[in-house]
Formats: sequence, C-alpha cells, structure tokens
Amino acid sequence: MFAPVTHILPLTIFQRRRVLPAPGRVVVRKGQKVNPLDVVAETNRNPEHLLLDLAHGLGVPPERCERFMRCEVGAEVSEGDILAGPVGFAKRVFRSPRDGRVIQIRGGQTLLEVRGQPFELKAGLPGVVVELIEDRGVVIEASGSVVQAVWGNGRIDSGILAVIAGSPDELLATQRLDVRLRGAIALAAYCRDAAPLKAAADLPLRGLILASMEARLCPLANESPFPLVVTEGFGRIPMNSIAYKLLSTNEGREVAVNAEAWQRSSGSRPEVVIPLPTSGEITIPKDSATFSTGAVVRALRAPYAGMVGTLVGVQPGLVRLPNGLLTQAAAVRLEDGVEAIIPLANLELIQ
Amino acid sequence: MRSSQAEAGSLLAIDVGSVNTRAWLFEVVDGRYRFVASGQAPTTADAPYNNVGEGVRIALDRLQTATGHLLMDANDRLIVPSRPDGAGVDAAVATLSAGAPLNVAVIGLLDDVSLASIQRLASGTYAQVVERISLSDRRKPEARLDALLRLRPNVVLVAGGTDGGATQSVHKLLEVVGLLLMLLPEGDRPEILYVGNQALQGGLKDALGRYGHLHFAPNVRPQLDVEQLEPAQMALAHIFRQIRLRRLPGLLDLDSWSGGGLKPSALAYGRVIRFLSTMYDSAKGVLGVDIGASSTVMAAAFSGELLLGVYPEYGLGPSLVTLLERCQVKDLQRWLTIELSEDDLRNYLANKSLYPGTIPVSMEELAIEGALARQLMQLALRKLATDYYPRLTHKGTGLLPGFEPIVASGSVLSQAPSLAGCLLMLLDGLQPTGVTTLVLDTHQITPALGAAAQTNPVLSIQVLESNAFTNLGTVISPVGEARPGTPILRVRMTQEGGQEIRLDVKQGTIEVLPLPVGQPGRLQLRPLHRYDVGLGGAGRGGSLRVVGGALGVIIDARGRPLRLPVEIARRRELYKRWMRVLSG
Repeated sequence: MFAPVTHILPLTIFQRRRVLPAPGRVVVRKGQKVNPLDVVAETNRNPEHLLLDLAHGLGVPPERCERFMRCEVGAEVSEGDILAGPVGFAKRVFRSPRDGRVIQIRGGQTLLEVRGQPFELKAGLPGVVVELIEDRGVVIEASGSVVQAVWGNGRIDSGILAVIAGSPDELLATQRLDVRLRGAIALAAYCRDAAPLKAAADLPLRGLILASMEARLCPLANESPFPLVVTEGFGRIPMNSIAYKLLSTNEGREVAVNAEAWQRSSGSRPEVVIPLPTSGEITIPKDSATFSTGAVVRALRAPYAGMVGTLVGVQPGLVRLPNGLLTQAAAVRLEDGVEAIIPLANLELIQ
Repeated sequence: MRSSQAEAGSLLAIDVGSVNTRAWLFEVVDGRYRFVASGQAPTTADAPYNNVGEGVRIALDRLQTATGHLLMDANDRLIVPSRPDGAGVDAAVATLSAGAPLNVAVIGLLDDVSLASIQRLASGTYAQVVERISLSDRRKPEARLDALLRLRPNVVLVAGGTDGGATQSVHKLLEVVGLLLMLLPEGDRPEILYVGNQALQGGLKDALGRYGHLHFAPNVRPQLDVEQLEPAQMALAHIFRQIRLRRLPGLLDLDSWSGGGLKPSALAYGRVIRFLSTMYDSAKGVLGVDIGASSTVMAAAFSGELLLGVYPEYGLGPSLVTLLERCQVKDLQRWLTIELSEDDLRNYLANKSLYPGTIPVSMEELAIEGALARQLMQLALRKLATDYYPRLTHKGTGLLPGFEPIVASGSVLSQAPSLAGCLLMLLDGLQPTGVTTLVLDTHQITPALGAAAQTNPVLSIQVLESNAFTNLGTVISPVGEARPGTPILRVRMTQEGGQEIRLDVKQGTIEVLPLPVGQPGRLQLRPLHRYDVGLGGAGRGGSLRVVGGALGVIIDARGRPLRLPVEIARRRELYKRWMRVLSG
C-alpha cells in the first residue's frame, strides 16, 4: 500500500521548487548561492488600478477625448505627468495621480495600473539555484539535515539553534525564554499557553520549533513575527524521537526554518534545514514508498500519536479495532518495545 | 473506442475522491445488472505522485484480484471494450471529486434574483464563491477589477436580465470581465459562463470571444419568477471537467475510457436522487446525503426537479479546521456522550484536517467522528434549506419536510461498526419527519449509477432495485409537543401471516417493530395529542404498507427538533438505551 512519507534525514541532498503565486520576475541567476531570506522572484500580487474619467476632467464628450491624449497604451507615467490636454481657453489638463502604466484608453476613460508593493518570494533555505522557471521561480538545491513539519505560520528565517526542551514533550514555560535566546531559533516541545508565544515575540526569537501546541493558539502563532513550525500536530504530542535527536544534537548550528503552509498538491511542507557540507554517507530522500517489513514508521493518531517504530508486518485481511471498525492494519514494534496493531491509514513512513 | 453503454454486459465505474479512488464492477447476472465487486486505493492526485492514474491502477488491480476478471492490459490500460476472451469491460464511466474546490466569482444584476440564482448554481458543484458583484456593489469599478485580479478565480459566473429584459446594466457589469480577461495572461484567465439575458450572447462573443474561455447556457432566470439551473449545471460540469483535465495529470485516460464522460461525483449523485424522485411518491421528495472528506453533498429532488448543494466547507477532511468558524463548540458537544473539552475538540479537528485519511481507533474517537457527521449533516441541510427556501421546510417550521426515501452515503456511515449506529447518526443529523425509508449506500455506488444512467439507465435501475443498497428501515417520526413519557402514538402492525403487534409509543423514546428484511406489513398509526405523522396533518392517522428493513420498522418519538439533555451522563444513558433498542 502507498505510504505517506515524512523526511527526517541527518544528511542529504535535496531540491525545493520556489514558485510565485502569479507570473512575475525571477531576480536571481542560475548557479547563484542564496540564503533563506534572499528574494528569488517577485510579482505584483495585489494589483491596483485607477479608472480615470478623462472626459469629465477635461470637460469634453467621451468620444472626443482621445484626440487630446498625450500618452499611449503601455506608456509608463509618473505622478503629475500630463495624460491629456490642454483643452479650451482654460487649457485644462489631466495629470496622472500616481506612478503607473497606461493599460487602456477607451470611452473617455483611462485605466492606469499603479505600482504597488511587490510580493517577494524568498529562497526559504540556503542553497544554490540550479534551475530557473520562466516568470515564476526557481529550483534550489541544498545539502544538510532536513526535518519536515506538519504546520507552519508562513514565515521564513534562519539563526543559531538553541535547545530549550529537556525532553520531547516538555511544556514550554515562559521562564525558559530568556534574553540569551534573543535572535536564536529555539527548539521547544509542547506549547499550551499564549504567554510563551508572546514572550518569544518580545525577545524576539528568530524562530520556534515545536513538537505540538494547542490548536487554539494558531491565530496567535500566525501573528508571530518569526517562523513557527509544529512537527507532530495539535494537543500534547511528544516530538518523534528521530526528529528530537537530530535537532537537539545540532544545538549551536545555523538552521533555516521555512514555516510556509503544507501544500498537498505540490508537496511543499514547513521544514527545518540544517545546512551541512556533503561528505560521508548521504541518503537521497524518496518521495514515494510502500509499507514494508522493517520500515521506520510514525503513528499519526492516538493512542500512539508521534511514536516511532519499526513495521513488523502488515496483518492479513482486515483487523477489527477497539471501536468495531474493520480496516487494514500493521504490527509495529514501537521504540518502547511494545508491539502495537495500528491501522495502515494511521501510519506514515519516516525517511 | 467506446461501445454503446446501452448494450454493455459489463460496466466499470471509477470514482476519484479526495482521499480514496474506487472502482466498481457491474455485470449482467441472471439477466439483470448486478454490482459484483469493488476495489479501492488511496487517491494519488497530490504529491509525490501528482497523477491520479497510479491510484486508479491500484484500485483496478485490487478489483481484478477480487473478481479474477482481467481488466487491464500489459501496459496497465483499461481494456474497453471487452475482448472476445472476456478480458476487460464493455463500457466505463468516471466521476471525480478530487482537487481543490474551484474558486468562483459570481456577477449578477440583482442580489436576490440573478445573483442568488448563480450562487445556487455555484453551490451545485465543488466550488467556493470568492467574490460577488452586483448592481448594489458600491465599490468603484477598478476596486472590483483589483479584487478579481487578486483572487484569480477559476470561473466567473455571469447572470442578469430576464430574456428580453435588461441589457444595459448587464453590459456595465460585464465591463470588469472584459478588463480581467485583457489583463490576465492566457494561462491565468478564468472560464466565463454566461447564463443571463440570451439577447446579449452575440455581443459578448464579439467583445470577449477573442480571449477564448467563453461559455454559454440558457438563462438561469428566463423570467423573474422562474429559475432553471439544470442547463447551466451541465455547462458548469463541463467547465469543471475541462479545468480538472488541465490540472490533474492522469485524468485524460479516465476521461478517454469513459468516452469523454468524466463527471463531478456530486452531479452524478444528484442524478440518481432526481431519478428516484420520478419513481416514488410525487407528494414527497427524495433526499440524498453524501458525507465525504472533501465535502458534504445534499441533494433533494421533487418530481424530477433537483436541488443540489455541494458544500466543501462541510467535508470530514481538510475543511474541519474551519468548522468552529461556522458553528459553536456546544453545537458539536451536544452530540457527544463523552467528556470532551473545547481544547480537545479543537485539537481533534486540527489533527483530522492535517490527516484526513486517518481513522478513529478508540470508542471515544468514534464518538467524536459521529458527532462531526451529525453536525455536518445539520449544517449542510440548513444551507440547502436556506439556498432553496421555502422548499425544504416542513410547513414553515424549519423542520425537514417528508421525504421518501432518504439515501445516505459516505464512509462514516457505510463503515460504521453497526447499522444501529449508522441509523442513529442519520436520525440525529437529518431529523426526518413523518414516514420515510432510510437507505444506506453500503458500497458507495450512487455516483457510479448516476454516471452510468446517462447512457445505460437500465443498469442504474436494476442495481438500485437489487440488494446493493441496505434498507435500514421505515422510520416514523411524529411531530408535536408533549411531555416526555406521554403516549403520543398508537401503533398496530400486522404481518403477512396475521401476527399483530400493538404498541403505545411515548414521547422521548425510540421503538422498533420487528419485521424481517423484505417482508411486507400493514402499519396503522393513530397519533394522540394532535401529533403529525405525515399522513395529512396534525392528529390524522392512517394505514400504510411497509416493508421490513435491516432494523425492522422504527419509530423515532424523541421529538422534532431533537433536544438532547445537557448533562452528559443523562445523554449517555439515553444513547445506550436507544442503541439497545435499535440493535434488538
């Protein structure tokens, strides 16, 4: 059976597609090294237009307006530039109210596209641009450790990793967020309250990696000025041991956190990247796989949510669960030694 | 090449859902079409596969294994039509609900006329309305344009003016559409479906035709007091298909196997409900409910007229994370028989939306899923009733009018551990009134039958009449007011062999009259205290023929609307009692 895959890899080479939501302009070149906050492409995601009533402004009938035009469709104009006129004894003119570009001249009206704040697409990770996607974005290749998460608040940043969680499910306390963490990317475990998030924003942190948090904190997390990612889910779920070990043993290293939302169609997920040079054994991640004996799996739901284990074998036929449902299931030896029967639908591969 | 479906001895139906891809095989057995077997696999529309073909192939492979019937050739392509050696199938149909809902902008003249109609039109498919423009819109034209540019809708629905009516105002509204098409690059241009004053079609083609993407269908409001959505629904289904074919790799094969007949699952589902409404009691309608991961579909049909609502916001999957923006925590908690804090409920919804394909393991989690199913049915029904007010309200009370039958689909129902649990979910979620038969789509084949019906109606009819569906039972739901424990209904059931059962039903109870599956019986109902059992008004009783369902004949006298105790312990007690009664 097809298995969903989450990548938690100590050392790998991987690529990420970074694509604008609308056609725009790629501002980097192939082969260029980039950092997470570098802008790789930009577009005008929030277009603004002005419909200018030239006929009314000049005091002429619409059908006579075009003869007084002083610019053509496609022309770039600046604020104050004369668009039409002069007309009559009073020498009336119509000036452009803003910088922009003339899109249309028709029926005594002119449509002006106004230059607004561009949307900037950031690299999201440190790496090298290996491919340019015309008008849309880039493909960046990087090497290092990767820990994919399940939820993020949309921000991107990088900094030095500081481990403040003494265990994979430790409650994040405000007191742990002291001034020494200013500018750091903090690895915590479980966040139950709003206070630590507010304290983190006040410090400020450069990023926060959580195992889990209460879902009611999502609106506050979305407002946090730093990237915040959740690796396991909502409620009190310990960080899976593989991710916890990988991250906690890299304290002091530079890490990049891309907290952009999980996009099922493209597969892009919030993630933590620890840039490392490639030497020694490298695992190239596979994006698709099937459940097989010996595979490392993680349970996605209670009662074993977040726990990692080894797949012992897929059970023949259908298994009846405690609640009476019938489903395909597998025997999994969890890291605490317990062998549990878990629905295949509630498992994913860790690679 | 596609053989005539009408002559087909075998038919394969494939549905690509947001979580699961299913394949069903129908064959002629003893001279009649029968559902034979099904295969299922996870849908592979998203990364890393980004090709629905993978999931289709595995579903077909499982169907092959289950039936021993070779369906695919050496290149994993469906063999259609069937070969002389029996491999393959004579015909295939395909339906689809996978993919993000279409972003739709609606533009109409009057809010409560054309705009309301095209909003109902948009609600009939997998769509979310992201922008509304009408004459009452106070924004400047450029502000409307910028809103559309920002949202980049996949489809723009435009209506306005009765045939022979307003033209100038519609022209004015359409200016923003022209600018939108001009400004957007080819690949980002929306499909435009014009369903307004037909006199404007020629002018529209001249003005906008050069951009392509222009579609026409008959006016949804040919006259002020007449609404006709069906032709526009077909046109929108065609657009849906086009967009999905462009965006979901692997669908071309499916579409080709079905002879270009790929359909939205909900539309196919609605077709069955509409067909049933022409077969049954014309005084009542037929109701269909399909609870899926991507949406809940509500379909009500009256004598061939379909009212269809597709609600992506009420799916049991990714949209759950926003459920508490549409209802209150207590609306969900009222269905629970376990203690569940608001935090735990929010966490459950958020986790389920992250992993929509996961399933509950414990009794507690099953109870939560049951509560969600009930609340989603309530919300979807309320939305359909609002969209089509006052068609879907029992004498203006806000209660459901009488339907016969009610067809229910969705894994949360068909895979419930017991039929009693499934029935209770439906009774709570839908709260039918009067007399109705509840039918469970055990194998989730309703959309497949709807897709097949277009060219092979005989197959659909014969399978509907077969035992592919589970008759849960005839349910009598009296409506009235009395204190709990008060006798409100006298019942006498006479079976074929003359055995008689008499019962006085008390307010607040569920009772079951045992009647074996398929066995006929005669039911006499005498309501007390002016209760209405749907036989002609308050206090009116009568006699009716019933057929035994899987759970017999059920009387749900818990009241309408259903008011459950606030105390969890009391609620738990009641549900245990009701489950005991229903389980026999």
